[in-house]
Amino acid sequence: MAESSLDALKREAVEISISNVNVSYGAYHALKNVNLEIKPGEFFAFLGPSGCGKTTLLRLIAGFNTAQTGSIVIGGRNVLPLAPWKRDVGMVFQSYALWPHMTVWKNVAFGLEERRLSAEERTQRAEDALKLVGLEKLGNRKPSQLSGGQQQRVALARTIAVRPSVLLLDEPLSNLDASLRVQVRRDILAMQRRLGLTTIFVTHDQEEANTVCDRIAVMNEGVVQQVGTPMELYDNPANLFVGRFLGTANTLSGEIRANGSERVFQLAGGEILPASKHETPGPAKLFFRPQNANLVAKNEAVSGSDLRLMARVSRREFLGSSIRYGLKAGEEDIFIDVPHVGKRNDCLADDIVAVQISLSDVSIFR
Amino acid sequence: MTSVAKADVITVPAGHERSAWTNWPLHSVTAFLFLFLAIFFLVPLLSVITTAFMQKGSNTFTLLNFYDFFQNDLFRRSLQNSLYASFMAVVCASLFAIPLAYITTRFEFKGAVLIQTLGVLPLIMPPFAGAIAMQLLFGRTGTVNLLLDDWFGINIPFMEGLNGVILVQSVHYFPFILLNLVASLRNIDRSMEEAAQNLGCRGLRLFRRIIFPLAMPGYIAGASLVFIKVFDDLATPLLLNVQDMLAPQAYLRITSMGIADPMGYVIAVVLIVFSVASLWASTLVTKGKDYSTVQRGGGGLAKRQMTTFDTIIAYAIVLFILTLVLAPHVGLLLLSFATVWSFAPLPDGYTIEHYRVVFSESSQLITNTLLYATIAGLIGVTVGTAIAYLSQRTKAVGRRTLDYIAMAPLAVPGVVLGIGYLRTFYNIQLPSGTSLAAFWVMLGIALGIRRLPYAMRACSAALQQVSVSLEEAAENVGVGKPKAIRRIVVPLMAGGIVAGFVTSFATAAVELSATMMLVQSTENAPLSYGLYVFMQSPAGRGPGAALGVIAVIIVGVCAYLSHVYLERRNSAQPH
Repeated sequence: MAESSLDALKREAVEISISNVNVSYGAYHALKNVNLEIKPGEFFAFLGPSGCGKTTLLRLIAGFNTAQTGSIVIGGRNVLPLAPWKRDVGMVFQSYALWPHMTVWKNVAFGLEERRLSAEERTQRAEDALKLVGLEKLGNRKPSQLSGGQQQRVALARTIAVRPSVLLLDEPLSNLDASLRVQVRRDILAMQRRLGLTTIFVTHDQEEANTVCDRIAVMNEGVVQQVGTPMELYDNPANLFVGRFLGTANTLSGEIRANGSERVFQLAGGEILPASKHETPGPAKLFFRPQNANLVAKNEAVSGSDLRLMARVSRREFLGSSIRYGLKAGEEDIFIDVPHVGKRNDCLADDIVAVQISLSDVSIFR
Repeated sequence: MTSVAKADVITVPAGHERSAWTNWPLHSVTAFLFLFLAIFFLVPLLSVITTAFMQKGSNTFTLLNFYDFFQNDLFRRSLQNSLYASFMAVVCASLFAIPLAYITTRFEFKGAVLIQTLGVLPLIMPPFAGAIAMQLLFGRTGTVNLLLDDWFGINIPFMEGLNGVILVQSVHYFPFILLNLVASLRNIDRSMEEAAQNLGCRGLRLFRRIIFPLAMPGYIAGASLVFIKVFDDLATPLLLNVQDMLAPQAYLRITSMGIADPMGYVIAVVLIVFSVASLWASTLVTKGKDYSTVQRGGGGLAKRQMTTFDTIIAYAIVLFILTLVLAPHVGLLLLSFATVWSFAPLPDGYTIEHYRVVFSESSQLITNTLLYATIAGLIGVTVGTAIAYLSQRTKAVGRRTLDYIAMAPLAVPGVVLGIGYLRTFYNIQLPSGTSLAAFWVMLGIALGIRRLPYAMRACSAALQQVSVSLEEAAENVGVGKPKAIRRIVVPLMAGGIVAGFVTSFATAAVELSATMMLVQSTENAPLSYGLYVFMQSPAGRGPGAALGVIAVIIVGVCAYLSHVYLERRNSAQPH
């Protein structure tokens, strides 16, 4: 594509600053004191299970919800008091919301007509936007004559054409076939990078968020749990919810105990680990990822700083690049992934094994 | 590759599927349905059309009858009047329907239940029943004009000539537009509107460019229905003493000149042509515009909270329309209990004498009505279910044609069907010596044919909800086709069949177009005909109104019972 046509759609990236936002519907508190700083040109995700408030927050930015308190500043302007049509934020709807009575071209040109642009500029920008998504030949089709993936690209083009200050994507991949999703998310990312547009991506799928986003805000029950890059969140989750949501994990029950001014964490099976001094005594959970544990023979020596658990193999699933063992450690089920690197002794069901985890790879959560 | 090769090896053994040509039970059912529809629909219809093109007294083809029709001032004026009244009724009905539809779909409005209730009114009372009551309320010396004259010294001709027809019809039929419009507004996905707002569009432009085009198919469907209903209606203009409209002219011509006179048939053909044309025009306009399946979410437009001012305005509009719509009902009720009611805002006194008269002298009317409506309902659902099954689940030869024929009565006015029955069956003598056309069973069949398209739609929709695999599972465990249909398919369709039966029953109970053509003696007359006869004389208005109230109660009770049944059924089914 010619670079000149991109220029018509490009504009300076802006930052979004969300402060002290609260949204309630009657007694239901949908967003609780949300604060987020999204940098210019960033590809940012709101990630969480359904009902966590991520879509509510996105729609609040677009103007389709009202907040009881707080402000949302986009490029230096608080948009909360503004009507949706004055906010200049581009939103791509989960259902695409293409108008079925208009052709693809009319759909894309609609926002440009509303902006009272000259006919020449309208044509130019609509063409550019359709070219950007690779649908310049389908302008005369009706939305019903397009595939799901094409419809989604039209919805993107329609939003991009008006050159919004920020781009909001509401679960853009959820209505696509699994085989299309990987390609489409790459396309969206490539387009976002070329336009340099500050973008918010709402999804419940951690893999989608991890693969395309610069940073993620993990949300649950209306509260932002943690903000960070995908890797930070995966490796250093702030709490059990984030840890579990970002990927498969093991948890073992235990208790934090006071030992003078020191604190220790004792597992139900009796093993004792050092804990932070700031923890208050009480029940807690040990958290680690399946690939961070090793299986060793039960009589093999262990280095002092590692946690060692005795377990019985209950299940064994060969996944190709790794083997996932289901283990019974005391009363609790855990599973660990062992890389499969050719012929090696592997454990069988009912073997008694030792599980070894480096203390730097475990976290203790309430 | 191996799996592909394997698939190639599997072939369907010859004769695995029973050839469509050797499936005799299927063919006999199809043939019977064809025969039934031919005798009771196609032949009468064709006899009307051919007679219109034949020279009187001979069998030679001619267009002279149509030339005469257009040369005749009365007929030309009748055609103009019918078109004008139908068009204006659509306009007035739209004026009632659009604000109500807008209020229910656009705002959080507590009075929405009132508006929904309005939707069933045309079902429970035909316009002719309330026509006289409307005259007493809105006529030259009616309640409203008497009061207006007292207070302001003015008189508004609400009910003069065509105005009366337009007012009565639009008050009765506007719910057809309301229901269709509300349904299509509710089908608009909220994101359609939000996407436009997101791109900078709002207010009237939003309505004009997004909402109206998306709601248009529903509006057109409702409007064309109202147009046809008014265009074809016979009894309302006659009761209001408006004779220079097309349907009344057809009736008057046949009853005064006899069934040999071609002009009645010519008028019938003109009625058919306009009915078909308006249906065709509405499908043409809405073609490819059924957006409800294209949009995903639905859920309707974003609803706004109303300010106090909005609420007052909304209630004022709703109550005004409600008053107007309930006027014929209230008027009819008053009239049925009135001793004398003329030249006065309200009746002079009240009595139950009229009900006594009706029950002692005319209870035959009520039993006839129940009998005919039951026959009509049964014909509607049995023929409807059979055709729906044939066209959806079998490869029977001619199933598409059957489907089309069964839908065709939509475009055939009742008066035309009545004329056709007279033409076809009048000269066939029963053993008792009376004409077949005067045989009471024929009235039930004619009503059944008229209701068939609606009943079949209900059955067809119900059948679509029943998965084919349920039937196949029954056959798989060794149950034969007829038993599988009887024990599995029909019970599962029961909701739709009951709905089809009840609407057929209710509308047949108050039908008065085909009925007026076919009733030969008062002992065979149904309630609607009796009502019409009573209403002809001032003295009969009281008993006539009492009959009208009884009709409304019968139909209302039916509608309510089926509603209760369907609700219970729906709540009993797992989701």
